[in-house]
Amino acid sequence: MTEVAVVVHKPRVVRHKAVLQWIGVHSLGVAAALFFVLPFVFLFLTSVMSDQQALTRDLTPDTWEWGNYAKVWNTPGFLTWWRNTLLYAGLGTVLTVLSSVPVAYALARFRFRGRRLSLLLVISMMMLPPQVVVIPMYLFWAKQLDLSGTLWPLIIPMAFGDAFSIFLLRQFLLTIPEEYLDAARVDGCGEVRTLLRVVLPMAKPGIAAIALFQFFAAWNDYFGPQIYASDNPAAWTLSYGLESFKGAHHTNWNLTMAATVLVMAPVIVLFFLAQKAFVEGVTLTGVKG
Amino acid sequence: MTGTHPLRAKRRRSALRTAAFMSPWLIGFSFFFAYPLLSTVYFSFTRYDGFRPPVFNGLGNWTYVFTDYPLFWPALWNTLWLVVAMVGCRVVFGLGIGLLITKIKTGTGIYRTLFSLPYLAPPVAGTLAFVFLLNPGTGPVNVLLDAVGLPTPGWFTDADWSKPALTVLALWGVGDLMVIFMAALLDVPKEQYEAAELDGAGAWSRFRHITLPNISPIILFAVVTGVIQVMQYYTQPLVAGKVSAGVIGGSGRQFEPGYPDKSTLTLPQVVYNAGFQRFDYGAACVVALVLFALSMAVTALLMRRRGGLIEAGD
Repeated sequence: MTEVAVVVHKPRVVRHKAVLQWIGVHSLGVAAALFFVLPFVFLFLTSVMSDQQALTRDLTPDTWEWGNYAKVWNTPGFLTWWRNTLLYAGLGTVLTVLSSVPVAYALARFRFRGRRLSLLLVISMMMLPPQVVVIPMYLFWAKQLDLSGTLWPLIIPMAFGDAFSIFLLRQFLLTIPEEYLDAARVDGCGEVRTLLRVVLPMAKPGIAAIALFQFFAAWNDYFGPQIYASDNPAAWTLSYGLESFKGAHHTNWNLTMAATVLVMAPVIVLFFLAQKAFVEGVTLTGVKG
Repeated sequence: MTGTHPLRAKRRRSALRTAAFMSPWLIGFSFFFAYPLLSTVYFSFTRYDGFRPPVFNGLGNWTYVFTDYPLFWPALWNTLWLVVAMVGCRVVFGLGIGLLITKIKTGTGIYRTLFSLPYLAPPVAGTLAFVFLLNPGTGPVNVLLDAVGLPTPGWFTDADWSKPALTVLALWGVGDLMVIFMAALLDVPKEQYEAAELDGAGAWSRFRHITLPNISPIILFAVVTGVIQVMQYYTQPLVAGKVSAGVIGGSGRQFEPGYPDKSTLTLPQVVYNAGFQRFDYGAACVVALVLFALSMAVTALLMRRRGGLIEAGD
């Protein structure tokens, strides 16, 4: 009986409440969006100001100086930084994927002694600040192999598995039902064929996620290039060069912001293209424990 | 005899197969983790500048770092400050944004994209942008604060405000936590909310008694990984300090880190300063080992409290 009464009364009250909630939630949403987006807006507006106006308190440009972007682009070294960053991020990503896939597969699917210990060590390595081992690594690459002033000390280790990628990919491979693998084995596939023919096609989203994260990590890396490339401007990457760019043009906020926009742009475009992989990757590391 | 032989051969084959699949990481672990870690321990007991061979000097570096090295204790204090404020604010804010987005029914995709974007902005670029935005005299933030009659802090140029400024920058990049919390919130069983609603529980009571207990493992995960991020915090405080101090030139070897007044100094910066600015590799290795001990203690907490990280799939 009470149910009938509720059904009669509910619609109007509920609709009313729903509208209020809709307004409330979206005003909060817009406020939050402003916090996340306004920095990009001011960044962009300053990047098209004139040299003089960039030094004032003005928030919007009087004249739109698109030429700032050309000026930044033609700054000596800028193209070299691009080439180096693409080399580091591109080659590093390919090597990481090639070397991490078999390890993640073994950790997810093989039963062997020391598997738990290996996994513990992978996680420890993942949590290790790079500064902990940087002194011996620097001495090894710079003094023993004489590779300082190049990006090779950053790229070569990527050919030997990356702890974060191994961990993330293992989490992903655990979600593939064992039955698919058993079926492949019953059909007489060896482990290599099973991995290549059955697992890899199903693991594409996981592989996309580690590739994306590895690419971002290399693109954004500052510490690595600072240690190995800082003495040789021909080996600087965008992240490292950008900071010194500010140093060299320390009064020109407009040019510095234009350069900042140019360094952010590829990452943002890549994110729009690969949003699904990003969400999948973040969720896997955090939730599917 | 004839029965055991094929079995043993099979076992050997399977061990070889495991070794083959694991080999990239076995090499990587030995060369880029075990060997340098042991070397760091060894160098921490030697006087070493990278040119003359290392000389054993016992606990000399250790007592030097803990008593006389002027950068060590400020960096440790800053780490503690940033752990409490930055991790706390990020978790609360990330959860709030996650909740908000699960309540929004229309345009979720657009909101999620806008909220995630800053997380991906390269740290150097994001930091440069914030040094500009928070510029005390002409930056847009202080211009806006001034316009509505609020006080205008010195942000990155004031030792009392530089860590809050870094915290605002970290809040801007909260997109990763938002995604994790969103996934966790969507996993909370709907029936529990419906049952509570029938019992007449209000919104706060539902959050307190259903949402929080359900997502508490994720909150712990976010706190622990947040602490680890603070241990590794390097690029943002360094770039913010250098750029606000107006340091010119690339390598910055002459830069006294932590501007203003060591307020943005972190332990990784101390390792860099000791090793690559002062060429005191022994002291740098001591600081590196302190960093190692802290990180591993936090990691151990993560794995103890959340065995799932390992157990899954066993």
